[in-house]
Amino acid sequence: MKNIWLYILISAGVSYLIRVTPLALIRREITNRTLRSFLYYVPYVTLAVMTFPAIVEATQSPLAGALALAAGALLAWRGGSLFAVAVVCCGVVFLVELAV
Amino acid sequence: MESNQTCFRRGVRDGMPIALGYFAVAFTLGIAARNAGFSALQAMVESLTNNASAGEYAVFSLVSAGAGYWEVAVMTLVANARYLLMSCALSQKLAPDTPLVHRMLVAYDVTDEIFGVSIAFPGRLNPWYTYGAVSVALPGWGLGTFFGVAAGSALPARLVSALSVGLYGMFLAIIVPPARKSRVILALVLVSFAASFLAGRWALAAPPGVRTIALTVVISLAAAVLFPVDPAGTEEVAP
Repeated sequence: MKNIWLYILISAGVSYLIRVTPLALIRREITNRTLRSFLYYVPYVTLAVMTFPAIVEATQSPLAGALALAAGALLAWRGGSLFAVAVVCCGVVFLVELAV
Repeated sequence: MESNQTCFRRGVRDGMPIALGYFAVAFTLGIAARNAGFSALQAMVESLTNNASAGEYAVFSLVSAGAGYWEVAVMTLVANARYLLMSCALSQKLAPDTPLVHRMLVAYDVTDEIFGVSIAFPGRLNPWYTYGAVSVALPGWGLGTFFGVAAGSALPARLVSALSVGLYGMFLAIIVPPARKSRVILALVLVSFAASFLAGRWALAAPPGVRTIALTVVISLAAAVLFPVDPAGTEEVAP
């Protein structure tokens, strides 16, 4: 039988190293224009990639996820706050899944 | 310039929806942990030290399959590789003179959500904002895992289902407003949606973490070459 605490220690160590290395080592502002632009676009692309189609797959009914996506996007477009958009998405899923 | 205290409080406020979503996601993760033979305490420690849903899920399934320590190390690396990119982006969001101790603390909880709100902070990131968000989000994550193991499937599936989209709602709140202002970002978001959908259909063999990082690198690099950001203007339009 392997030791579970050792698994925890290993996964924790690897997880932290991945995160701390760039933050600790890249101390200066990157001047290369392409690299700068790349890092500028990374957040939008990565968050978008993770949102869809995951939001539709996370719910029990795909329709609920799709409607949450539409409602959340619309509210965010109109300047809704982080909290408001999150709550509306949850609410839409809850109501739609009650109905279907 | 806002005080550290104000930033911390704002972080706590923005961390609330994260904590709720985390609780729900971690709860389901706890069920997987229990199946892998983790106690509630062990699963909570795993969550509090790993801070990664996909990475932890991979660890739990490997452990329940009887995998070795090396396999777990490599899988953790692959599943969490996207955080390397996020940390690179965050390194440019911090003021260059940010002390090492703050860099090391900010690094601790670079997750999709904490990264998302931190990168949306106006101008340079004040680390105290991130600490505020983490101070509420991390307990939600840890406790969710704990209760997932302890209480099993006590929470109704419908509630878990509803809570789990909260995280995606937050992502929308972060990416949509800049997309409204910039056509390039709007196009990027739509391309990313489509690419992610197609990749999910066709590349079933690749773990989701690998898919995310591959798509992020390819699409962001293409955008960087086609639409380089104005060096002078970057500061003003930074996310």
